[in-house]
Amino acid sequence: MPQRKIRVMVAKPGLDGHDRGARVLTRCFRDAGFEVIYTGCHQTAEQIAAAAIQEDVDLVGLSCLSGAHRALFPRVVELLREKDAADITVIGGGIIPEQDFQALYDAGIKAIFTPGATLDSIVDWIRTNIKPRA
Amino acid sequence: MESVKKICKGDVRAASRLIRDIEDKIPTAKSKIKKLFPYTGKSFIIGITGSPGAGKSTLTDALIAELRKRNKTVGVLAVDPTSPFTGGAILGDRVRMLRHAEDPEVFVRSLATRGALGGLSHAVGEAIHVLEAMGKDIIIVETVGIGQQEIDIINHAHSVIVVLVPGMGDEVQTMKAGIMEIADVFVINKANRSGAKQLHTELMSMLNSAPASPGDWRPPIVMVGNAFEPATFAEKVAELVQKLEEHYLYLRGSGRMLERINRKIIVEINDALRANILEPIIRQLEESGELQNLAQKVKKREADPYSVAEEIAKRFLK
Repeated sequence: MPQRKIRVMVAKPGLDGHDRGARVLTRCFRDAGFEVIYTGCHQTAEQIAAAAIQEDVDLVGLSCLSGAHRALFPRVVELLREKDAADITVIGGGIIPEQDFQALYDAGIKAIFTPGATLDSIVDWIRTNIKPRA
Repeated sequence: MESVKKICKGDVRAASRLIRDIEDKIPTAKSKIKKLFPYTGKSFIIGITGSPGAGKSTLTDALIAELRKRNKTVGVLAVDPTSPFTGGAILGDRVRMLRHAEDPEVFVRSLATRGALGGLSHAVGEAIHVLEAMGKDIIIVETVGIGQQEIDIINHAHSVIVVLVPGMGDEVQTMKAGIMEIADVFVINKANRSGAKQLHTELMSMLNSAPASPGDWRPPIVMVGNAFEPATFAEKVAELVQKLEEHYLYLRGSGRMLERINRKIIVEINDALRANILEPIIRQLEESGELQNLAQKVKKREADPYSVAEEIAKRFLK
């Protein structure tokens, strides 16, 4: 059975312009053998969801350092559900206080990686948890 | 076939999934492509190529905006290179086209080359068919940043835009073969930079010295300035679209359109023959171990690759 390549989107919703982490992750994912669509900063949740569907990604990685994660991350999950694309996994990272983790998990975010998480741990999580459809 | 019907109705998810199946070489994709084929052949396909950093994606973004003003529906295939070391890819063309993400009539799909060498990916031909079956009026195919040789785009596009930037070499450079020969329209991008007039002169000189018959198409040169001055930029892009329309009329009027369509079809048939005849034979030889045995013989100089191939050919050809 031919092996599918994992397709990932790295996106920064909202007004946070600190994209170094997102760019580091983008390069790391390429080095791990994934195809990464980097959509950069200043995206609305609507734009991210629309792009994720157009690109048929397996995973959307959201990065936010400005504290807007409680509003924006769940919105992306919601929009994907509305558009019949709930099978696209959404994970998040950035500056996210631990006390917010549960709310994000409840909203459908499958994992959260904050400062201190190694790049290897993120790639391992993806390799273990993301299976492109057969 | 559910997904085929959805694609013909313009369903983005179904279309993108089929393109993924084509990229990943999933066997079920073939029968879907066959079902879609009768609905293809109706879109106008524009290729946009040029060296890395020339501004192809930014121009594509502006082209989309201009075409949307004219009420055209647009599909875009944006290709970026796969790393030869890791097999991964950063698909970063889309980042220049974000303002169209929520326009339901615009579908942008990023593809990685996955080892293909001509500036595109092996999936582009069939991905174009998927966009055609969706009913897109215009399809823009953006190649990777190319050098002088990666000209596969001519097998897929009706009109090819070659994007140049000033300061990249002198008039000898403009004479060289490859991408300079494939342009139907030249764009000198970032024309606000020094060297732009020089490049224009050199291009004109190259075009003037090319043998031409009356009625031939002479590629126009559109000078596009600073993308950060949106008003003038948009004006220049409108001029570019005008030239593309003129080229389209020329192709139709001169019979050259049929030539291009024919060329594309021959390439598609050749590719399909290769996939259906050559690749299964090689796979058979690999799986049975025969290829390795033959390789050993060749290594010991007991056989040569050419005789080996002839022997095998005799087996399969009458």
